[in-house]
Amino acid sequence: MDLWYTDNHTDNVRFSMKVSKQLFSEESYFQKIEILQTEDYGKVLVLDGELFTTQRDEFVYHEMVVHVPMAVHPDIKKVLVIGGGDGGTVRELTKYSTIEVIDLVELDKKLVEASREYLPELSCKLDDPRVNIYFEEGIRFVRMVRNEYDLIIVDCADPYGPAEGLFTKEFYGVCMNALKEDGILINQHESPFYSQHAKSVQLAHRNIQSAFECSMLYQCHIPSYPSGHWLFGFASKKYHPIDDMDADAWNKLGIKTKYYNTDLHKGAFYLPTYVKDLLGLQ
Amino acid sequence: MDNQVKLSQDSLPIFEALEKQALDRLVHFDVPGHKGGRGNKDLKKYLGETCVKLDVNSMKPLDNLCHPSSVIKDAQDLTAELFGADEAFFIANGTTAAVQAMIMASCKAGDKIIMPRNVHRSAINALVINGAVPVYVNPGTDKKLGIPLGMAFEDVKKAIEENPDAKAVMVNNPTYYGICSDIKAIVEEAHKHGMLVLADEAHGTHFYFGEGLPISAMAAGADMSSVSMHKTGGSLTQSSILLTRNTVNPDYVRQIINLTQTTSASYLLLSSLDIARRNLYRNGKEIYAKAKELACYAREEINQIGGYYAFGEELINGNDIYDFDPIKLSVYTRDTGLAGIEVYDYLRDEYGIQIEFGDIGNILAIVSGGERRIEIERLLAALTEIKRNHEQSTKGMFDHEYINPQIIMPPQKAFYSDTEAVRLEKSENRICGEFVMCYPPGIPILAPGERITKEIINYTFYAKEKGCMMLGTEDMSMEYINVVAETKNKVLSGIDD
Repeated sequence: MDLWYTDNHTDNVRFSMKVSKQLFSEESYFQKIEILQTEDYGKVLVLDGELFTTQRDEFVYHEMVVHVPMAVHPDIKKVLVIGGGDGGTVRELTKYSTIEVIDLVELDKKLVEASREYLPELSCKLDDPRVNIYFEEGIRFVRMVRNEYDLIIVDCADPYGPAEGLFTKEFYGVCMNALKEDGILINQHESPFYSQHAKSVQLAHRNIQSAFECSMLYQCHIPSYPSGHWLFGFASKKYHPIDDMDADAWNKLGIKTKYYNTDLHKGAFYLPTYVKDLLGLQ
Repeated sequence: MDNQVKLSQDSLPIFEALEKQALDRLVHFDVPGHKGGRGNKDLKKYLGETCVKLDVNSMKPLDNLCHPSSVIKDAQDLTAELFGADEAFFIANGTTAAVQAMIMASCKAGDKIIMPRNVHRSAINALVINGAVPVYVNPGTDKKLGIPLGMAFEDVKKAIEENPDAKAVMVNNPTYYGICSDIKAIVEEAHKHGMLVLADEAHGTHFYFGEGLPISAMAAGADMSSVSMHKTGGSLTQSSILLTRNTVNPDYVRQIINLTQTTSASYLLLSSLDIARRNLYRNGKEIYAKAKELACYAREEINQIGGYYAFGEELINGNDIYDFDPIKLSVYTRDTGLAGIEVYDYLRDEYGIQIEFGDIGNILAIVSGGERRIEIERLLAALTEIKRNHEQSTKGMFDHEYINPQIIMPPQKAFYSDTEAVRLEKSENRICGEFVMCYPPGIPILAPGERITKEIINYTFYAKEKGCMMLGTEDMSMEYINVVAETKNKVLSGIDD
């Protein structure tokens, strides 16, 4: 028997992978969590039927949300991760001995429990002594904080499910307030390729611009995500993501990566023409 | 009919009849002309197949709202039972029609009715239509919040004693802002004097189901109540119910309703009342417990932001704030230097959050239990952000208090007098011939027959400038206002004829 999992990339485009086994399936208060063993993508985490991350290509996402800001801001000590219950972002952050505190705010406790049990490749550093896990609404957590963090990473699903509050103007505003004067906000920004997601890109970018002086997008290639072409936002009150990057300093740290390097860092901010058009950057 | 088995609250008489007739595959040579969408394919495409299929006309198996005798009667009986009333009437013309039916069923032309001035326009409209004369009880006012409150019991008692010929007393249960009068004591006093008590429960559907909420009108012994099922009860917009007790003649009430109600009541609306009633029976307690929990949480959090005051049960004073509806999320905004209407506009225009209304000093967010937690969080974050980005000095803000009207003429007389249009700024001291209100909340600033004062003119200009939606006047731009023409006789004869 052939068992296939299909992620609907749009109403008219589908992406399917052959499943060898279903490892986990449970309905939490917030969403349905499933973990599948697939032939080519390894273990795949699916939330409410939508692909969230895969063992095979998660490194792209998690390296790009962590190492880009870490190469720009030399003195990041306190980090807030919103979402990211799979633990992949935390794993990358723990590679820096200079980071003192990592606060992870995840809505869904069940997601963290499932990752701990079935996705140790991602969740392996959740027990690092620097990590504190809070189970609550990210937007509430951030609203209560002023001038506290050097880096906030928004690691969440698309804006139509439980994560919808993390793409709004009020959310970026309270993030700005929670960051220190020279803090950086990195957020998941969806794909510019299909029109449905492109609208979210436009909206998120517009919302973020209202709160931060410097707000730029950078791209990477995540094969299992719709169109594979993915964007992240880099927003800061002080730093420019290319001008302020210190490649030598970062390379001296000797951090092992599979996707990120300091040449790619610069290139990632050079966007295709259609994306610039979408964002009104021409 | 006597042998009929008692229907259970789990049944849906109207909806089940609609489903059955759909299965019967009737051939339709009756209205509506869209014939289930075949006659207007766009209607089906845009509104959905279920919707157009349910949109049928009265016919034998579906009963008739003007003369309910089968499935509509069954559905109404179930509703009456659930709400603790003797009779329930389904209303397809909005709660406006229910309020008007209550007043017109209890008063004839020239009869007096005791009511607070902060009634909804529908109540004063009823007076314009049938010629009953209002005896206004001044609602208490909260000086800081600038809002009208409930009626103090002593004031109602005094009005009853001074007007022993009045036919009825009307009570908001609660006001738009969630404030309740002592309806139980008012009922006892009114009944002692042979007067009916009519409740406007447009914002009180949940009182019949929640725990730890103010008393409902039927439980308090009121004779009639208009309940906006569509507001927080879960039915479709414009559907409503009128509840009565056996102290009024239901057949007469039905006649009154039929004076103005449509003879083509929408089955979408009627079946939505049926479905909402069953949902409240099954889940009402849980829904409103959630709504209360969300609203109380939001209130606490808003009060920690600073600058905003989400008021609540601490206002209760046993008098003109006899009780407070904790599900109403009313927030006083003026200490941020922003008028309520400005916060309302920022919420929608900048943050994509639509709330119920903003007036000069407050905003009101309706929480009904249909919200997700994240939406409450978004509202809280947006209010935090609005304060951070837009907070300003409170200097120059209009120090508004509720303005007690001076009534010169009964509403019907003023409305139907010879009137002339004068510029609003030049209308001071004239007698108003029409309504002026901000919408929402739709409580008239001026009603026909009231003296236009400098204070009211200033208030109206300020509300306009701040962006309130002003309506009621014949002149849609509200530059001109119709005032009673100054022929000697009319002004001199005043109220006493």
